[in-house]
Amino acid sequence: MIEHLLINNEEAAAVILFGIGFTMLLFQRNLIKKLIGMNIMDSGVFLFLASMGYIEGRKAPVIVDGVQSTQNYINPVPAGLVLTGIVVSVSVTAIMLSLTVRLYKRYHTLDLDRIYVLSRHQTEDR
Amino acid sequence: MNFIANFPLFTIVLSLFSGVLCFMLKGKTARWYTVFYEVFLIVLVLSVLGYTLHTGTSFTYPMGEFPAPWGNEIRAGVLEALMAAAFLVILLCSVLAGARFIDLDLDNSKVNLYYSLVNLMTAALMALVWTNDLFTGYVFLEILTLTSCGVLIVREIGRTTLAAVRYMILNLLGSGLFLLGVVLLYDLTGHLLMVPMQQAVAELSRDSTVLPVLTITAGILTIGLSIKSGLFPFHFWMPDTYGWATPTSAALLSSLVSKAYIFLLLKIYYRVFGFEVIERMPVRNVLLVLGVCGIIVGSLQAIYANNLNHMVALSSAAQIGYIYMGIGLGGLAGYTAALFHMLAHALTKSALFLTTPRLSEVSGGSLLFKKLQGSGLKDKRAGAFFTVNALSMIGIPVFAGFSSKLQFGLAAVGSLSWKKIVVVMVALAISSMLNAIYFIRTTVRIYALPEEEPDDRQQAVAPESAGNGGKPGKNSGVYSAAAEEDPAGNGAAQEDPAGVESVPGKVRDMYVVPMLVLTGGNVFLGLFSWVIVELIHTGLGMFGV
Repeated sequence: MIEHLLINNEEAAAVILFGIGFTMLLFQRNLIKKLIGMNIMDSGVFLFLASMGYIEGRKAPVIVDGVQSTQNYINPVPAGLVLTGIVVSVSVTAIMLSLTVRLYKRYHTLDLDRIYVLSRHQTEDR
Repeated sequence: MNFIANFPLFTIVLSLFSGVLCFMLKGKTARWYTVFYEVFLIVLVLSVLGYTLHTGTSFTYPMGEFPAPWGNEIRAGVLEALMAAAFLVILLCSVLAGARFIDLDLDNSKVNLYYSLVNLMTAALMALVWTNDLFTGYVFLEILTLTSCGVLIVREIGRTTLAAVRYMILNLLGSGLFLLGVVLLYDLTGHLLMVPMQQAVAELSRDSTVLPVLTITAGILTIGLSIKSGLFPFHFWMPDTYGWATPTSAALLSSLVSKAYIFLLLKIYYRVFGFEVIERMPVRNVLLVLGVCGIIVGSLQAIYANNLNHMVALSSAAQIGYIYMGIGLGGLAGYTAALFHMLAHALTKSALFLTTPRLSEVSGGSLLFKKLQGSGLKDKRAGAFFTVNALSMIGIPVFAGFSSKLQFGLAAVGSLSWKKIVVVMVALAISSMLNAIYFIRTTVRIYALPEEEPDDRQQAVAPESAGNGGKPGKNSGVYSAAAEEDPAGNGAAQEDPAGVESVPGKVRDMYVVPMLVLTGGNVFLGLFSWVIVELIHTGLGMFGV
């Protein structure tokens, strides 16, 4: 068991990071901490992807010196996926931060439970 | 390649383009552009449906002409075309019927942004329906999440922002899990396209040490998508999210967005794991149990809701439970029932969410049950549409709800397992009763005469003008315009969206036509369910590679 984890240490670290991020996103009450958790979670997945694409001792698939054999290069697809994932993650973070700003301006707190209680007492009772 | 093969791609790319275009148009122009654009899309998708039915096969469209294991593909079969067409029709009707509330809830300068979001949402929905590549699925899943958050927060009251934040947090958990699942699958199979993936999965599943890993992956994907679509333990965001949003947004989110996630899940089951492999996994039994729990809990919570929109939203939780119950039953009949109910629920729920704001509008802007007394008499059209769709929700014959319940019953009997038959039948019986309790109670209430007539009227007028401080006179003026034109609603059937001339000083109110389309679709599903079932069967037949 332990040997397996040591051999696949990147993957193990990635899954641990994912778990930390996931629980933070789920259980933290502070909105900013939730967002940090979300970013940790995504980073975990990206680490997993990146470590899968990397093959020890090989180089990025840019053909120099006429070496064309695929044996010399790593798999570039996961890197592309990581890039796409980062773009998605950045845009999601941006929109969540803007929502956080909006909530903070209205309720003057970042504590989600408190905001929830405050919104219950709101007078607009439609 | 046939020219029609390009159409699925057009629906995605043109929608993205329209999203940008609406960003630059003025509000009203953007609305009409969106309406005509959606009609155009419906024509495109229907021609794809006709083409696939005619040829009897599905087709894949390789983007950039890269051959199969590489590149990115779009796949169109009968089922995808049917879903896309239904999604587009419902989207168009929701936008048309809710247009007045979009104008009311949004700043004038921001109306075009709403239509921009609607177009982007169309692109994401279409991409999720057509895609043959899991990672593309993930990207458009996130786009769908972002746009649905966008249409939620356009109404700037504190509660929608809070609801949007909670909705987003749950959705992000779901997206994270989905991404992890996709990455794990990619790790296991080395592919992202569904067809080579399925071959690899079929090979891997013969190895008994790898099967548990596959099961875990399927579980992660399932949990991710069921969080996003609001299956039982994760349905608590629904009342606030749907309850306070602009009517069109509520209709779109409850009827289309959650269905798109479920459709993606079905696609993953069928096209990535394959029918036989998924039957060997315990994932479906969990879904069956959670679905049944969702049906009962959602209905019970809906009974105790004191707010009309919350009630309708919680009944949505129950209906999502039905769909997952169908997936949990498995087999051709189970999936057919789930898909049929997706259509039935999408039609009914969007119609319900489009009637409730009008009922609340004539009761002083309140959605509380005690204030809604007699609102069906004040706004006869909204009351009638509410009643019809409530009956469909309960499962009265002639309407879609009945047919889908029949499908679930048949699927349960077809599963030939006593436990499943008993569980499903009991769930159907109990939930129909609970549905009847809260929907009939509400229908009776909206038609009951107000207790103190004059007092109630005063109440009805006062808060309306008070709540209108920001935009003086707009709300009440609009409503009177709506009431003046054709109160009976029977002559309105000929109203063509394009044919009505705008009268100065009056806001054009497209309510009856889209609602008639939705309700007509509902009755069609109820009376001619075999047509749709036949289509779904053909589509599912094309699904298995």
